[in-house]
Amino acid sequence: MLVEIQNLNIMFPSQHGLSHAVRGVSITLGQEKLGIVGESGSGKSISARAILRLLPPAARVTADTLRFDGIDILSATERQMRAIRGRRAGLILQDPKYSLNPIMTAGAQIAEAWRNQTKGSKKAAREAALDLLAQVQIRDPKRVADAYPHELSGGMGQRVMIAMMLAPDPELLIADEPTSALDATVQAEILRLLEDLVSRRGMGLILISHDLPLVSHFCDRVAVMYAGRVVEELGAGELLQAKHPYTRGLLECLPTLSHPKLRLPVMARDPAWLA
Amino acid sequence: MTRHFGRLAGTASSLLVTLFGLVLVTFLIGRVMPIDPVIAIIGDHAPVDVVARVRVELGLDRPLYVQFGIYVWQLLHGDLGRSVMTSNTVVEDIQRYFPATIELATVAIIIATVIGVPLGVLAAVRAGSKLDIGIRVICLAGHSIPIFLLALISLLVFYATLGWAPGTGRADVAFEGMNPVVTGFLTIDSALANDWDAFWDAWAHLAQPAGVLAYFSMAYIARMTRAFMLDALAGEYVITARAKGLSNLRVIWRHAFGNIAVRLVTVLALTYAGLLEGAVVTETVFSWPGLGQYLTVSLLNADMNAVLGATLVVGLIYMALNLLADAAYRLLDPRVS
Amino acid sequence: MSGVTDRAWLLSDAPASRAQAAWGRRYRLWCDFRANPLAMSGLIIALLLILAAAFAPLLATHDPSTQDLVNRLGTPSPAHWLGTDELGRDVYSRLLYGGRVTLGMVLAVVILVAPLGLAVGCIAGYFGGWADRLLMRATDIFLAFPRLILALAFVAAIKPGVSSAVFAIALTAWPPYARLARAETLTIRNADFIAAVRLTGASPWRIVLRHVAPLCLGSLIVRVTLDMSSIILTAAALGFLGMGAQPPSPEWGAMIASARRFFLEQWWVPLIPGIAIFIASLAFNLLGDGLRDVLDPKQR
Repeated sequence: MLVEIQNLNIMFPSQHGLSHAVRGVSITLGQEKLGIVGESGSGKSISARAILRLLPPAARVTADTLRFDGIDILSATERQMRAIRGRRAGLILQDPKYSLNPIMTAGAQIAEAWRNQTKGSKKAAREAALDLLAQVQIRDPKRVADAYPHELSGGMGQRVMIAMMLAPDPELLIADEPTSALDATVQAEILRLLEDLVSRRGMGLILISHDLPLVSHFCDRVAVMYAGRVVEELGAGELLQAKHPYTRGLLECLPTLSHPKLRLPVMARDPAWLA
Repeated sequence: MTRHFGRLAGTASSLLVTLFGLVLVTFLIGRVMPIDPVIAIIGDHAPVDVVARVRVELGLDRPLYVQFGIYVWQLLHGDLGRSVMTSNTVVEDIQRYFPATIELATVAIIIATVIGVPLGVLAAVRAGSKLDIGIRVICLAGHSIPIFLLALISLLVFYATLGWAPGTGRADVAFEGMNPVVTGFLTIDSALANDWDAFWDAWAHLAQPAGVLAYFSMAYIARMTRAFMLDALAGEYVITARAKGLSNLRVIWRHAFGNIAVRLVTVLALTYAGLLEGAVVTETVFSWPGLGQYLTVSLLNADMNAVLGATLVVGLIYMALNLLADAAYRLLDPRVS
Repeated sequence: MSGVTDRAWLLSDAPASRAQAAWGRRYRLWCDFRANPLAMSGLIIALLLILAAAFAPLLATHDPSTQDLVNRLGTPSPAHWLGTDELGRDVYSRLLYGGRVTLGMVLAVVILVAPLGLAVGCIAGYFGGWADRLLMRATDIFLAFPRLILALAFVAAIKPGVSSAVFAIALTAWPPYARLARAETLTIRNADFIAAVRLTGASPWRIVLRHVAPLCLGSLIVRVTLDMSSIILTAAALGFLGMGAQPPSPEWGAMIASARRFFLEQWWVPLIPGIAIFIASLAFNLLGDGLRDVLDPKQR
């Protein structure tokens, strides 16, 4: 197993004691594509970041098991973590406008990631960066490599981000809402690119999103999170057989072209789901 | 290109307006004073006809706007009038006293930056820790302590009690005027003249006032660095950098600090300008023969030409530094093109 | 038991009136503020200083201007708690009366400057156009001088003394307030709720007075508090340079200036007023810092 999580709990100190953001999440992942779906604040993003130990210092993390390829994340040294981050697992964030360093050129940022795991000359790193940019289907790698993030479009920026995370050839990729900040047409392109790269390289993928149909279309399995818990885990094909009322509610809220409804139902939330 | 030019023209024109205002303010301050400038020059007991003649010579019988025109005209010719106290022209005086202030302020800001920036970064990285609170208290104390008190305490401890530092002034009497004036900075001039005794003496005299001024600005620099760093460290690109597996040092200095460096340059320019203000008091306590001391001595002697000249020069430097900070921002930050 | 219900009333999630909402907010801010020990110590010291200055005649042990040349430059003793100065006057009593001068100057400057800066900033920011350009150009000119130096030149031109020092400091202190208020106004001006108020037919002046200005107050209060410490320091520096309050006055900076000659031997005589300045200035800095954390969290 690439990732094993048993009973993960994450808490943040706040004014009124601890706020419990993730409550007893268990997930396992092999070389497959797992989708995690949930609304904002459901804990999907921080659960995934906990695997790389990239939470804010104030976060309190406990778990029965939290392993990456057998390495215990909770007790790993910072050096061990750095061997995982970037080298064996990458993280793609939502909006390249904020997630790329605004004062470094795209090429320099990719080259930095490459040089961090492969010792090589500056020139070799630049070559590698151009090659990676070509792999994410950028037509004019030289121009993009010399551009600063604010000079790139959102889709372009996200390709740069993907190239950067692919630089060390990782085994796991965590994509945290990689397309939410992009235009609808670009979204599909980026997802196709991700799918292509992931299956060609045989990587594991965790795709975090709030878009249930998109995720189920794209992933092998889907975990639905609500208020810090995984309420339901489904094979991608079994979406219509979802049992949990929250998942059903999410599905019913979607407008469809084939069966138009006059009014979309409003999510009814049952306090019992929190129990 | 035209837009670039347009912005430049806009900056230049607003600069001219500010400059004009600067001159106008100093002029008006000079004219509201109740001390009659004529009597300030020739004394209380001068005969009435002499007073009248000098009044006409100075153009003081003309309307205010004509006087202002004359004032501007003289300024454009580099004429700030004559100091009653030293009987040199004010421009000569300023040329003589200015290097001492620049030397002092420059050494002070170097010390302040070298200490203040790492302290600020450290405080931000360990935000909320005991270390952070400690740095915060040190900075608040630096904001709160009157600089003349710090200067007096420093003299009491390092000069009078411990005997580590030489007394006041820029150099020991033995070295005064020994080396040719090239740059006006004693630390450089003595080195150029190969006079190493004078060189070390100049540094020893510089240490105390520069240290006092440095603490004063260090507090500000550290505080601003901390605020900027907190901002930068919360950025998503810092998470990206950590996700790339970079070392902590590289994440902090290359990625987070790299992003605030430009803003820090602005802070440094403003701090440097603020040092000129601190220098007024510090120079008075340490008898440091710089522009600040010149200003206070002229003030106490109601030597208005000297006061206004020095004020105007400081205002100009202040403006130039602001401009420099702005230019640095535009040059160094790729986001502003 | 009423304490508990008051607290519940204040912390209610569903306030029933505007007053309840406003007090609830204030109470929450106060809770945040109280949790910061540095800020609380600043508040307590500031309050003590104000009380000490207000009740100076009751607290003083001597007349602040009675000279006693036999006992000049005395060390602290039971008769003179903080010693005596170069004319044998009781330093402790002079400090108390000096606090009146210093805090009075601070108060006068703030009263002169804060409303002016707020008004200029709100008007420039809300109305824009030539009013904005004119007013901001004026602030530029005043910001082009270091504060102390402009104040010095100004005081020298009129006549050294407390009231001209107050005017000089006020003259140099208003532009940053105007800048701050303008920046706040610019962000508020385009907010949807202002558009809504405008749609209901409110006049521009009503919008500025009732909706924009109150929202600028938070950051203005922070700025004023932090500025109080710099006003104290500027006033003391003016006094020290002989351009502020004049010698018989027990102003702290002037006390140091007149006792400075004795610094190397009777060091406590100038040091004690220096410490008073430091404590007063530190108190307002701590207070302002704490207020900023509470009122203006984004500006930490």
